Amino acid sequence: MAEAVVSASVSTPSVPVPAALPVRTVLPWAVFVGLLALIALYFVGAEQGATSVFAGTDVHEWVHDGRHLLGFPCH
Amino acid sequence: MYASTVRGLLVRGMLAGLIAGLLAFAVAYVVGEPPVDGSIAVEEAQAAHAGHGAVSEEAAEEEAVSRPVQSTAGLATGVLVYGVALGGIASLAFSFALGRLGRFSPRATAALTAAAAFTTVYLVPFLKYPATPPAVGNPDTIGKRTTLFFLMILLSVLLGIAAVIAGRRLAPRLGNWNATLTAGAGFVAVVAVACLFLPTNDDSVKAGFPAALLWEFRIASLAIQAVLWAVFGIVFGVLAQRLLAPRAANTRPAVEQTAPATG
Repeated sequence: MAEAVVSASVSTPSVPVPAALPVRTVLPWAVFVGLLALIALYFVGAEQGATSVFAGTDVHEWVHDGRHLLGFPCH
Repeated sequence: MYASTVRGLLVRGMLAGLIAGLLAFAVAYVVGEPPVDGSIAVEEAQAAHAGHGAVSEEAAEEEAVSRPVQSTAGLATGVLVYGVALGGIASLAFSFALGRLGRFSPRATAALTAAAAFTTVYLVPFLKYPATPPAVGNPDTIGKRTTLFFLMILLSVLLGIAAVIAGRRLAPRLGNWNATLTAGAGFVAVVAVACLFLPTNDDSVKAGFPAALLWEFRIASLAIQAVLWAVFGIVFGVLAQRLLAPRAANTRPAVEQTAPATG
């Protein structure tokens, strides 16, 4: 943290600190988008591996290479 | 009016995640696919050597989606969805972090957010439960391995958030530098203890699997994630800086804000 403080103060002496966004404004977005994103990540990372929402192996096979290379346990 | 800023940041985060995903896909295709093909070849050779119906069984399994499709459209789907989803999450983490970490510009905050996400979502879980190529794992333990992997991500993200909050709390007493070092050391210490006590994946790699191929695969996996998060941090930093520039110029007392740029 501190090194960026130094470089910021060297390059532009009076950089204003950006105002923080109120937590109550960010929170609904974070919860809703977080849930949607986790569902998407579940289908990339785990569907038809340890658990299945849909029967078969089509989802698993389709994202197979991505699942391995992104680091998820695949099979 | 703050809501439109958050919305603008979310859109830019997903866009940056998409761009990062495209570059990560390029790396995955060029660097990642050779070891994936290599380990599938090892699997088929072992199955052929074993001699029972394993070959045809395996072939039937692979036929559901052909290898050329898996290595292009399939791989792209996985990496792009991953990029957009995590780009969206990271942009909201950025929305919380902005103005709360110290005297950082939006661009620097974006870089820090990306570095933190790479470390907690990928690097720490990777050190304990590294990526495994096809043909390596034991199908009987997939449930246990999946649970442990997601548990490790959750743990590492929560510890990362705790470390940031602790660092900010300590800053007035210790100064920014020492508070950051203390919080960082605490994070490393707790992660190390967790790695010691969480169960290991004894059967995640079959005995006799070529070590060089495994190394090549894992370095490729690391490279994909490093590229994804580096590109995300840089692109999102540029976009966020542009969106927030008029806000930042208004400085602290956020009473008389001019309308922030909308998405």
